Amino acid sequence: MKDKLNARNLVSALLVAGLLLLPLYSQASGNVFVLTLFTRIVILALAAVSLNLIMGYGGMMSFGHAAYLGIGGYAVGILAQEGFGSGFLQFPVALAASAIYALVIGALSLRTRGVYFIMITLAFAQMAYYVASGLARYGGDDGLTVYKRSDFGGLINLSSRTQFYYLCLACLLGVVFLIWRIVNSRFGMVVQGLRSNEARMQAIGFPATRYRLVCFVISGTMCGLAGAMLANNTDFVSPAVMYWTRSGDLMVMVILGGMGVLFGPVVGAVAYLLLEELLSQVTEYWALIMGPLLLLVVLFARGGIMGLLGRLNRG
Amino acid sequence: MADPLLRVENLVRRFGGIVATDHVSLDVAQGELHAIIGPNGAGKTTLISQLTGHLTPDSGSIYLGGRDISHLAAYRRSALGLARSFQITSLLLDFTVADNVALAAQAHAGHSFSFWRNARKESGLRMAAQAALERVGLAHRAGVLVSRLSHGEQRELELAVALATKPQLLLLDEPMAGLGVTESARMVKLLQELRKEVTIVLVEHDMDAVFALADRISVLVYGRVIASDVPSAIRQNEDVKRAYLGDQQVVTAHV
Repeated sequence: MKDKLNARNLVSALLVAGLLLLPLYSQASGNVFVLTLFTRIVILALAAVSLNLIMGYGGMMSFGHAAYLGIGGYAVGILAQEGFGSGFLQFPVALAASAIYALVIGALSLRTRGVYFIMITLAFAQMAYYVASGLARYGGDDGLTVYKRSDFGGLINLSSRTQFYYLCLACLLGVVFLIWRIVNSRFGMVVQGLRSNEARMQAIGFPATRYRLVCFVISGTMCGLAGAMLANNTDFVSPAVMYWTRSGDLMVMVILGGMGVLFGPVVGAVAYLLLEELLSQVTEYWALIMGPLLLLVVLFARGGIMGLLGRLNRG
Repeated sequence: MADPLLRVENLVRRFGGIVATDHVSLDVAQGELHAIIGPNGAGKTTLISQLTGHLTPDSGSIYLGGRDISHLAAYRRSALGLARSFQITSLLLDFTVADNVALAAQAHAGHSFSFWRNARKESGLRMAAQAALERVGLAHRAGVLVSRLSHGEQRELELAVALATKPQLLLLDEPMAGLGVTESARMVKLLQELRKEVTIVLVEHDMDAVFALADRISVLVYGRVIASDVPSAIRQNEDVKRAYLGDQQVVTAHV
């Protein structure tokens, strides 16, 4: 990302400013709902941003990214149920569990390419879904209620709406910053080179799978963080967060916002979830409007919203 | 005599019933420009792909500087100093010219598990890229997206990318493919410069270029080496003439 004043950067900056100021608006207007809604949006934006790292920059079309939401969530939920309420334990465990899952799944599925990669990541996520459904001790199909949010001592109180919102936002912006550093680093150049032309990259001496796998693990760990947040947000975790439609939602957010653009998934998540919210207030058949809308974006706005803004800038 | 830089022994590769590489043996000495010619379908690209590790041979061995590399992965061979250009241009089209070459330099500079520093601001990589681009006369196009280059420029960039890995041995798979007359002439001139620094194996259809450049020529027909000699001897070789029957004038025109 270059420090230029263009439509893309302007929209990104305005969006960040808006997200930062949102609690003030919520307080002034007494509209609590908007803060709750945007906490969820910020968390899912974090998941979408992490997916963008492998999908947009790495060219790995993972259709099982929601699995990490579940793994991060269940790590928090199960530890809470077993009496380990400290966030200093829950969050590291959530991240580590996601990383290990990503390492195993990645090592197996990165042997494949294209449609096969999509199908195998989907299959593993569905497996995780059914495993979670089978956890009778932890609610099985019905899910697991998290009676107490992660406890970070006196540092931050997750039960305070505003504090929790800012924590989520800080995580989102931190991860976006991290990804910005990564994609411009040597490692990021290799991963993007592999997306562009794998044979060429191997010919100049890069072991493709090794770099892809590390990228896959980083992305999964980031999404595990979103999962831990999500469980705290809803005070509940169930197999449904891992269902394949949730993975699809995340993909749609990335594509809608703009693949391989740093802030694309954030814009995509905000647009998608706000639209879903607004349309569902108008009609219960909101999906009937949402579907064609997404089709239009895919057909006429390749590169998503950020792609449109980029073209706007070029005139 | 010292060991040859590249030694190929009894290499065999089959595709179903077709023997694409049929007991090929070759020696390429250090500093030599060794051309491989042959009619279409003779197995030239199959041979190159086995040398680079993109295809594994069914039997036989490949030695680079005395070391058996027959079963090493492509990226390991590259690390040992083997670079290639592709017959069909194969570059990172959505990257800039400089980024393409810098990545090759980066591959040569050890592992790339560095996540924080901005790679585009690493002067070592940028300078290596710039040097390779100047070598092929593309320095003025460094900031351009590869997809915007002309075909001739892309062929030159292929060379720059190969050079940036500081190879001992350069495998060039039809570097003149699709080039116009002036572009070809430039490429021949460029190769004449490069051969002073690096050992080259050249697969090429352009006979003018081959006879102007090669120290030795191997002729491949139906996957078999039917002759391997200096250019003047190849021109006189009866087997070669017969193999090129119909195309005969291509070889003899330069006598």
